[in-house]
Amino acid sequence: MLSIRELKKKLSEKKISVSELFDEFYKKAKDSQLNSFNYLIDPEKNKHLINESQLRYNNKKEELLDGIPLGIKDLFCTKGIPTTASSKILENFIPQYESFVTASLLNDGAIFLGKNNCDEFAMGSSNETSFFGPVINPWKDSNKTNENLVPGGSSGGSASAVAEGICVASIGTDTGGSIRQPASLCGVVGLKPTFGSCSRWGVVAFASSLDQAGPITNSVEDAAFILNSISGYDKNDSTSSDHKRDNYLENIDKKFDNKITVGIPSDYLKDVNSDIAEQIDLAKKHLAKLNINVIDVEFTTTEYALSTYYILAPAEASSNLARYDGIRYGYRAQGETLDDIYINTRTEGFGEEVTRRILIGTYVLSAGYYDAYYRKAQKVRRLIKEDFQRIYRDVDFILTPTAPNEAFKVGEKLDPITMYMNDIFTVPTSLAGLPAISIPSGLSKNNLPLGIQLIGNYFQEQSLIQLASLLEKELKFND
Amino acid sequence: MINDWEIVMGLEVHAQLKTESKLFSSSPNQFGSDPNNNVNYIDAGMPGMLPVMNSGCIDKAIKTGFALNFKINPYSVFERKNYFYADLPQGYQISQFEYPILTEGFVEIESENSLKKIRLERAHLEQDAGKSIHDIDPKYSFIDLNRVGTPLLEIVSYPDFSSADEVINYLTNLRQILMYIDVCDGNMQEGSLRADINLSVKKPNSKLGTRCEIKNMNSFKFIRQAIEYESKRQIEVLESGNKIEQNTLLFDTSTGETRPMRSKEFAHDYRYFPDPDLLPINISQDQIEKAKMKIGELPNQKLTKFIDDLGLEKDIAKIIISEKQYAEFFEGLISTKLIKAKTAASWLVGDIFSFIKDKNIQINEILNKSQKIIELLQLVEKGTISSKVGKDILIEVLEKNKDPGLLVKELGLEQVSDNEELEKIVDESLSGEEENIQKFQSGSDRVLGYFVGKCLKATKGKGNPKIISDLLIKKIKK
Repeated sequence: MLSIRELKKKLSEKKISVSELFDEFYKKAKDSQLNSFNYLIDPEKNKHLINESQLRYNNKKEELLDGIPLGIKDLFCTKGIPTTASSKILENFIPQYESFVTASLLNDGAIFLGKNNCDEFAMGSSNETSFFGPVINPWKDSNKTNENLVPGGSSGGSASAVAEGICVASIGTDTGGSIRQPASLCGVVGLKPTFGSCSRWGVVAFASSLDQAGPITNSVEDAAFILNSISGYDKNDSTSSDHKRDNYLENIDKKFDNKITVGIPSDYLKDVNSDIAEQIDLAKKHLAKLNINVIDVEFTTTEYALSTYYILAPAEASSNLARYDGIRYGYRAQGETLDDIYINTRTEGFGEEVTRRILIGTYVLSAGYYDAYYRKAQKVRRLIKEDFQRIYRDVDFILTPTAPNEAFKVGEKLDPITMYMNDIFTVPTSLAGLPAISIPSGLSKNNLPLGIQLIGNYFQEQSLIQLASLLEKELKFND
Repeated sequence: MINDWEIVMGLEVHAQLKTESKLFSSSPNQFGSDPNNNVNYIDAGMPGMLPVMNSGCIDKAIKTGFALNFKINPYSVFERKNYFYADLPQGYQISQFEYPILTEGFVEIESENSLKKIRLERAHLEQDAGKSIHDIDPKYSFIDLNRVGTPLLEIVSYPDFSSADEVINYLTNLRQILMYIDVCDGNMQEGSLRADINLSVKKPNSKLGTRCEIKNMNSFKFIRQAIEYESKRQIEVLESGNKIEQNTLLFDTSTGETRPMRSKEFAHDYRYFPDPDLLPINISQDQIEKAKMKIGELPNQKLTKFIDDLGLEKDIAKIIISEKQYAEFFEGLISTKLIKAKTAASWLVGDIFSFIKDKNIQINEILNKSQKIIELLQLVEKGTISSKVGKDILIEVLEKNKDPGLLVKELGLEQVSDNEELEKIVDESLSGEEENIQKFQSGSDRVLGYFVGKCLKATKGKGNPKIISDLLIKKIKK
């Protein structure tokens, strides 16, 4: 698989035209059987973008991502292009505006192939809650090659498409692990930046205090390319940070000047299976080779993270999804009264998992339950943040598994709690708002990819990417 | 008090903030546009849209804080108030709940000729909802989202009111203050200032009764009617041995009665929680000081100044301060120091007010004629023309923008102050009036008025009444 840097080189050396590159990917995407795209953009619509990009290459004035065909999770509003959040309720919705993140990508010359399938409103860890059907992981269990495996979720379409090679990279969103977990299950790189790095403006909201856009790519370097484009201050998002952005490509091939320390939380590894434990041991070995100090650390809040997350995220979601009422846009069911229209629209328009989370969220915010659930969860969230900062007094980065398991069979995990457990290693980072990256580290006994998660401190994406890239070269997963 | 019952009321006033744009979006904040014209993607609750606070609203809240003696909280939080309605596109209203921007203030009002302090519990910022229109079509309701997101400051009082007069005095004061500090345009007809009235009745020295809330009142007349109707209704219910049911009421202006809203319109668990799309509001001391500088004079400060420094009568001063534009007009007239404050005041509340009332115009529309009014009043004060003539030509000046000096000359309206000429007229008036002269000499002042009138008539109103009066006294006393 060629990297963005290599593709740009080919394009600028005229070994391939922008149009040829686009057609190649478009054809693969069209022929794919994995259901990783909800919508492919008519190539005619992209023609002027392709031509303009080619012109820039001809004039040696190419932009950061010029001519690079990308997939976009179907959660980003894209002007004139259907945006559904994989939900029936937005089945026919076409935004008249472009999200900050996708506008940044277009501005940097990227060309969109289409909209990637995902869990409905990004709620799910297997991409099975999508109204448009499950996405299939391109990887197969070496013992059961006839079985379809899930790509993880919620950015399952993005991860599957990148792993299958039908788009160069895809932009996902991560609320509790929705970029990192599918990246792990599909053997690709997934980066969730610090909360506030990438504007949420124009991204269909799931849980506002957690949602964050980020790249799913074949390599750490590609992730840095994308992050350079999409990270930026946006005055239209009040939670956007106005800190100065680094060039994330700058130190990517460099070793660290000073001695750095990576902490491995022993409490994360208590109940992991041998496949997962092996990945951590492997990473440890390579870190030592890189002359990086590795120490054991222990959190005191890990066991509370998942329940905290499954109170706060649904609470925010229950309110964020109130606007889908069938009145102004989207799906509308008929009804005698206004209340009937609401009830019918939302009952028919939302799937089971979304309905469940709206109900949980409504419950935890209700009079009489607020203090016991929502308020308490907010307090625990603060403790989790403090717990991380305590650990960061001794270490520069934290290393954990990304997910507790390899990709599982489509239709296998029906129990919601078991499904929620898939986010156990990614959720604490989300609650803390910290940046984290999942890189593929090796294969399981069934020859399925597994990932490790590296977590940095706030806005330390540059050094986090540097470390991930060093480790990636040692692990040689793609070789 | 009726039959020994006391009325207890608390008010929630919604003041629309006078800003260019809405509280969380850049759409224009203006009344009277075509339906659904002042609506952008944020207002319409489109997917992925985010609110961005209009910091101008914070400054307005701080100013209100000073004017209403509130504590201005350095930390306050926007929360979501969740409920479904067709004119609420987001499915929640962004408001403040646990941490409002202002707490514990007060307003002084007049009540039965003494001052009463009305305590204010809190004031918080929130967005308005849109409008549902149910009476255009028998089958369909219509939604106008222009008002969605309009910034409101909700000012909540303690239950400190005991009469409709007090409520109206309070609203009058509040409206004046908010207009003076440029926070609200005070236009009640357009809904810029609306009040919810919480009302209960009780016997003296007993605990508070069950209250009902009368929603959305925006006229003093209807507020008085609603309070009278609702207090009477509650007393009747209680006196007949029944209980008051806590309820939200609407005042029906056509019947003059209150009636319960449909239960669905208010029976909510709003599930407030901090809006994760917005950061808490942190107000610095610097910001507070800056806003304080922009407050200007408050109505009661002006009132004191007008009475104590300018020597105006209280009633006249009150009329002038009742609207900010009146006070400003008045101050414009006297700023030149060419005329006396008292003259300017009595002409303003007299003939100038009747003129604008007759023409149904705003005082600001004659602002450009201030200079001519000053000239006219100078002519009156100097005695060049009588005040009667002044009144006549004021209309000409205001209507036709004529120059008062020229007008007086053209029409030959100068007052006759020539002693010889007037002496002749005075003498003529006294001839054959021996009986009245005697009455005057024996102490009847009224007779003097009679003679002045007679002389004025002879001069066709142009005679200087002061000189005439002086001459008369001199002559009769002889």
